[in-house]
Amino acid sequence: MGGNPVSIPFGEGSGLLPRRSGLFVFAAAAVASGVLSFALDLGPFVWLLITGLIGLVTIAAWSLAVEGRRRGLDRVMTVAIMEVFVLALVPLLSLLYTVVSEGLGRFDGDFMTSSMRGVLAEGGGAFHAAMGTFIITAVAAAAAVPVGILTAIYLVEYGKGRLKRAITFFVDVMMGIPSIVAGLFAFALFALFFGPGIRLGVMGSVALAVLMIPTVIRATEEMLRVVPTSLREASYALGVPKWLTVLRVVLPTALAGIVTGVMLAIARVIGETAPLLITTGSIDSLNLDPFDGRMANLPVFVYEQYKFPGVPPEAYVERAWAGALLLILMVMVLFLAARFTAKRYGVEIRR
Amino acid sequence: MNAGTVPTEPEPTSGKVRRRFGDRAFSGLATAAGITILVVLAGVAAFLISEAWPAITAPVSDLPERKTLAHYIWPLVFGTVLSSTIAIVIAVPMAIAVALFTSHLAPKGLAASVSYLVDMLAAIPSIIYGIWGIAVLGPASVPVTRWLADHFGFIPLFAGPASTTGRTMLVAGLVLALMILPIICAVAREVFQQTPKGLQESALALGATRWEMIRMVVLPFGRSAVAAGSMLGLGRALGETMAVTIILSVSGAVTFNLISSENPSTIAANVALQFPESSGLDVNVLIATGLVLFAITLAVNMTARSIISRREAADGR
Repeated sequence: MGGNPVSIPFGEGSGLLPRRSGLFVFAAAAVASGVLSFALDLGPFVWLLITGLIGLVTIAAWSLAVEGRRRGLDRVMTVAIMEVFVLALVPLLSLLYTVVSEGLGRFDGDFMTSSMRGVLAEGGGAFHAAMGTFIITAVAAAAAVPVGILTAIYLVEYGKGRLKRAITFFVDVMMGIPSIVAGLFAFALFALFFGPGIRLGVMGSVALAVLMIPTVIRATEEMLRVVPTSLREASYALGVPKWLTVLRVVLPTALAGIVTGVMLAIARVIGETAPLLITTGSIDSLNLDPFDGRMANLPVFVYEQYKFPGVPPEAYVERAWAGALLLILMVMVLFLAARFTAKRYGVEIRR
Repeated sequence: MNAGTVPTEPEPTSGKVRRRFGDRAFSGLATAAGITILVVLAGVAAFLISEAWPAITAPVSDLPERKTLAHYIWPLVFGTVLSSTIAIVIAVPMAIAVALFTSHLAPKGLAASVSYLVDMLAAIPSIIYGIWGIAVLGPASVPVTRWLADHFGFIPLFAGPASTTGRTMLVAGLVLALMILPIICAVAREVFQQTPKGLQESALALGATRWEMIRMVVLPFGRSAVAAGSMLGLGRALGETMAVTIILSVSGAVTFNLISSENPSTIAANVALQFPESSGLDVNVLIATGLVLFAITLAVNMTARSIISRREAADGR
């Protein structure tokens, strides 16, 4: 909070607060509300809230008195925006803390290696669910990635006229499909051919693929567009046909970005619960064949363990948190890997 | 795109020019993939309609609880719109503040890691938001809602009696707000960063304080983009399933009371709750509600896209 360093007459009260006065005020506010919270036995969140309030009011009063209305408002808004930002981070930190601290209770070898087959209370694990998540997501990616990349190539390199406009528009539409509707679509598709009782791992993959395709297209499109035209023209000038130019020049240049986009798309769908709940069903034992019967997966595992606990409920809730921790770790690994790929192998692209 | 500049691929004006086999095969493949998108989307609509059709045409006596389809769907639409409205009302101002923080207030290095944190919020699976909401946020909300019911009970939103578990519409809306915050924030941040430097510097040079510059230059410049981002967030909130499914205690009541344990369900949550145990015509009814949800989100998203494209046209991009 440097304030405005230029000393322009700002009407009444044209002085300036000392440097770092904001820092000082907030330190004092934190101590004061700390004492108060300790005395009244309030939680850390209330402490943060009171600190923010005291700090804001003090800064407002002080600045208005010394600096006048305009600079005072500037200071108040700056502080308020920062406080809203901190307020937005609190839930994220609370969520991560809760998942880690609750999840570690059952995050053991047993959890990783055993299924729920024959488990009635304590013990058991999510091995079957983790494998299911891998298989369902892998099948979805195997379908969505080629279609997505080829469509992006069509849009950037070949597309023209009404077909291009239609596809661009409908990719946007597809982007907005709620995940549960994608699940209902997969169900309706299979129910039409196999009857309404059908539950298969591959049905979940179909639903996830519908959700993945538009994300892959958008990411790939963006990456292909930033490949310089001069690169393509150099290739044409050497007599290379267009399709080889796309395959050998354009795609390799954009590859890191495309890989990043695909990873983020997978991170998006790997935690999808709703579409899987109505397509893959759930089962207690390991099933590795997506074309044969119900298939467990992590998100649905977490949901069912938490929502429908047996006796004793603690065992089920603990398994749910451990599953949530595993799921969040998977997402984080994908997320970090995507970042790493973009940083390490990406071409320099101005954002 | 830039076919005009391609020397090896002249427009096939004369019959003599033959395109290479590889070129034809590859462009055919890419076009086929593009057409696949259209086919898939047509398929989504067609299969949903065909499976919803029995419910639409069924006599009232066969439908669940002997209600007409419209009577069945109405409370769900109400709940869906209510929860999303709460989410939008909370998320939009917060998203603008966070976006302003990263684009104009935070030091460069900090801004990058902050953006990263916000993106991470978007990647957390909704089921985890759900169980966090019911395990942490719900119980934490109980004293607050009780206080609201005691002191502001005359406002219909806080009529109470306050829920003792925190499984309320308010908590569901708060969690939805958290989930859509990153979406709105990403759009807002991008446009705030694109505000012309010249305009910002002129404002400062004329003696505006930083806040005055933001209020008079940055916010007006980003207004339509923020509106579009909010619509995208709204679309996401309308279709969000698991967080609501797991948090909300549902009674089917149509009420604006946000803090009691009697709440309307949402379309998506209702499908997730009922579907695994349904059979026969009930399944068709649920698919019909899904179709309604699809139509609502479609309308919202198309509005957002049209705002964005109008903006891009105005910018000459």
